[in-house]
This record gives sequence, C-alpha cells and structure tokens, in this order.
Amino acid sequence: MAIVKLKEIAQARSGDKGNSINIGVFAPNQSIYQLLLTKLTTNTVKEHFSGLVKGKVTRYEMPNILAMNFVLTEALDGGGSSSLRLDNLGKCFGSNMLRMEIEVDDELLTDL
Amino acid sequence: MKKVRIGAAQGFYGDTIEPAVSTAEKGNVQYLCFDALAELTMAILVKDKKKNENAGYTKDISLQMKALLPYVKQKGIKLLTNGGGINPIGAQQEILRVAREMGINGLKVAVVTGDNVIDRLPEFLEKGYPLKHIESGEPVEEIKERLEFANAYIGAQPIVKALEAGADIVVTGRTTDTAQFLAPLIYEFGWGEEEWDKLASGVFMGHLLECSAQSTGGNYSGKWWEIEGFDKMGYPIAEVSENGDFIISKVEDRGGLVSVDTVKQQMLYEIHDPAAYITPDVVVDLSNVKLENVRPNQVKVTGVKGHPRTDTLKVVMGYENGYAGQVIVGFSWPDAMMKAKKVDEIIRIQLERNGLNYEEVRTDFMGYNSLSGPLAHDNQSELNEVFLRMTVRAKTKPEAAKFSRLFPPLALNGPPSMSGFTGNAAPRALLGMWSALLPREEVESQIQVEVAEV
Repeated sequence: MAIVKLKEIAQARSGDKGNSINIGVFAPNQSIYQLLLTKLTTNTVKEHFSGLVKGKVTRYEMPNILAMNFVLTEALDGGGSSSLRLDNLGKCFGSNMLRMEIEVDDELLTDL
Repeated sequence: MKKVRIGAAQGFYGDTIEPAVSTAEKGNVQYLCFDALAELTMAILVKDKKKNENAGYTKDISLQMKALLPYVKQKGIKLLTNGGGINPIGAQQEILRVAREMGINGLKVAVVTGDNVIDRLPEFLEKGYPLKHIESGEPVEEIKERLEFANAYIGAQPIVKALEAGADIVVTGRTTDTAQFLAPLIYEFGWGEEEWDKLASGVFMGHLLECSAQSTGGNYSGKWWEIEGFDKMGYPIAEVSENGDFIISKVEDRGGLVSVDTVKQQMLYEIHDPAAYITPDVVVDLSNVKLENVRPNQVKVTGVKGHPRTDTLKVVMGYENGYAGQVIVGFSWPDAMMKAKKVDEIIRIQLERNGLNYEEVRTDFMGYNSLSGPLAHDNQSELNEVFLRMTVRAKTKPEAAKFSRLFPPLALNGPPSMSGFTGNAAPRALLGMWSALLPREEVESQIQVEVAEV
C-alpha cells in the first residue's frame, strides 16, 4: 500500500456556474476508476474542501469515460463577479482536488 | 456524404483571433463560430453601454472582422458570433462599418434580438412568473431595484433563420455558448426540431469548441509540459456528419494536442448533471458518449443522446452588489509570512479604530494560500517572499476607496521590507448574478431577425 496525492493518478478540470463549481475528475484506467469511486465520495470531497465550500457536494458517475463530475454548491463566496476571492472563477478547484491523499495498492501504480 | 466543417474562433471576450485566421486559411471550414460571452462579460458590457449608448458589444469584434472579412468574401466562410452582448444592433452596425472601411461589399449581416428582457420584467411579474432564484428559491423582489441587466439564454433557431435569409455573418446577444455551433448543422442538414439525438450531438460539439483551446491542450491537467506550441495554439475544428457524429481536429501546423484526454477534460467543463445538460434546443445526455483517437490529433465522438427540450428558458440577471477595495503588498525573506500576518493584524486594528465597518474583510497570502485557501498546508516559515492581499466589501465606492489609503504609511511604520506595493487600485464594482426560469414562449415570441446588406 502507498499513499499518493490524487495528482499522481488522475486529472481534473474545474469551472463555475453562479455560486457553484464543477470538478471533472478523470481516471487513466478501469482499476483506478473503480478505486476512485470508493475514495472520492461526496463525504470525502466535502471534507476536503471544508472552509472553501459551504453547500453540498453531488457526484455524477461517467463510466463511459472513466470520469466523475462533482458539483459543489455555495462554493465561490457569492459567484464570479461578486466574490472577493482571487480565484473568483474557481479555476483552481481542479488543482486543489488533486491534493487529496489516496491509499493505493502498489500494483495499481505500476500500471501507470 | 455531406460533411460540415466548423472552426472555433473565440472562447471569451479578449481571446486572440490568430488561431481563427489560421483555421480560415488552412482549416477548410465553412463556418467560424464565436463564443464571446460569460456571466461576467455581460456585466462589463452593461458598464460600457452606460458610458456610451453605441457601445455594449464586445469591442474586439472590429478586429475580428478586419482579420476575417476577406475570408468571408473570398472563401464564403460564414461567421456566427454572440459578441453583440447587450447591444447586438450596435455590433451589426460596427460590422457593416468595418466592411465599408475595407471596401468590401455584397455581404449580408444579420442581427438577432429579443434576448434582452430587462424592460419586460414588470410584465413578467404581473403575469405571475416569480423569477425565483434557480438555486436558492429566493424571490426576485430582493434585488429587483438593483438590476443592471436581464437576458434570456436563447438557442440556435433564430441563427438558423438568419442563415436561411442568406446571412454571411450573424451577430446575436445572449444566445447560448453552443448555439452558434449548432445552428449551421440544423441549417445544412435540415435537422428537425425534434431530432433530439442529432441536436444533442451538435450542442456537444459546440460545447467542445466554445472554450477554444481548452479541448486542444490548453489548461490541460495531464502532462501539460509535453504539449508543444503553447505560443501558437490551434483552435478546435469539428467535421460533422449528417447523423451527428463528428471528428475534432486542428490546423496541423499550429500548437496543441487533440487526444481523448484533452477532449475529455473539456467534456465536463461547467456541466452539472452530464446525463441532463439543459440547453434551449435540447437536453443533452453524455452517458453513452464514446471518444476515440482515430488519427494523430483527431478524435472521433459518437453516442451523444438527446431528450426533449424543456418548456422554460433561463434568464440571467446581474444586480449591483457593492464595491470591492483591494491592496497587494509584498514582503521579503526573512520571516516573509510573519511580516505579512503582522500587517494584516495592524490593518484590522486600524479599521476598527477608524470606524470602517466593511461587510467583509478578506486576507490572502499570495505565494502561499491565495488560490487554495484553507487547503494550503505546506511549510510557510521559509518562503522567499509573500504578497499580502487584502480585500474589503463595501456598500459604496468611496467607502471601498478609503481602504487602500491605510497601506502606504506602513512602508515606514510597519514590519521591515514591505515592498512591491502595486499602487491604489480603483475600487471594483461587484455584481450579483440571479438566474431564474421563464416560459420559453414569453421570450421566443419577441425574437427578431433582421438582415442588412453592405
């Protein structure tokens, strides 16, 4: 077993809509996708973003492209044109998602 | 078999036109489609129009037309843009003016209006449409008096009408980001208003193209350092078949990468439920989409499904929401962070002493946590430098302006090595966004398409 940052095993992109953020998380293969389904739950993601996201987290699964889409509400301090944050459009939420630490079987890492 | 080739020309107000010129030259496209608008853009355009009645469209439209009108004339490429913003008729007039100035004639420039509903809000409320906030459910009365703009997101059909009327260029206001891309397909293939799968495919194609290089390797979170040519990115081109399937590519000699991974990242961008992406023309379902690398820099997209469109359209309204005052100052090693924190503390004491009761005072340490907030957790004691950014939310502009005046004295009065003061930036108006739903016929009955010729 190894603990790695999500950055090592997945890709992500985020965008805004009003005061909500979406983060697409993309797995490189089926086995890592299956692992991420168990690790990236609405609860763990909500916990990870505590302090940044006030609302709820919804997860949509996209097995056809080995991806998950997370929607985070009340996430932007009021939304792009009203927020005092420097990242007022939430472009960095994807990168911040990739900070999550994930426990992975060593053999899954050798496939990468 | 007939194919339609569409090039992406613009992903936002302020984008470069160079890649679109390359696509016009070498991309063998029949259409160049622009997405110039975002929620924030409408706010900027409203401000422009307040200063000058003829403004209110995206100003770069003049440069875009100068660069592309020769191709419209020589190659018959059609240009479709929502850069009309808050003043589509003004944009149409500007396009005609540029054409005349260049000595180009025999072009038809169409304009679509009817999306701007700000003057009709009393009528809507009277009819009993509450315009409740789509997320919070709050009544619009809360912000009604502070509204700056209200535009309905409209779909591709008015643009199709303009193409049927022979338009070479179509300029609109708040058509959706994807409408410009879908419209040529409906026009060329004669897709019916209920051919949901095909319409959905067209919208999804538009979705992949509307953020320009974001599907050709820009903003890519994978091995971005392996992507070549960031200095001259190529914008995506779609070759669409009658059944809706399409292939994404780019002009070969421009930079970037078209792969399943780069396309996939754009696929979910700013989408909520991927099985129900609601647009005015169709509800798009991406659950069965298949992406396939067919050749280098060519990705084939199949399997898009569509469901019947909804009875409502989304109206986005912007309302005045106070002012932000901001200051950025730098501190050097040693103890950069400690110094920045001390100044934050000093300023907050002075705010209280001076009776400046801002609604919100926000502190970021640029170089440490300004883009990740509470998620930053690495060593902060040995930073080479850090920039303190403080921002306040005020009700009025003068109140916001007072904030930055607290800082200059600290260059001499505060902790050592405060430097890199970026000057007193003018307070920035904040704008709240209010999205609500409206029966579509209320808007669609007022949409007009007019064609002028130069």
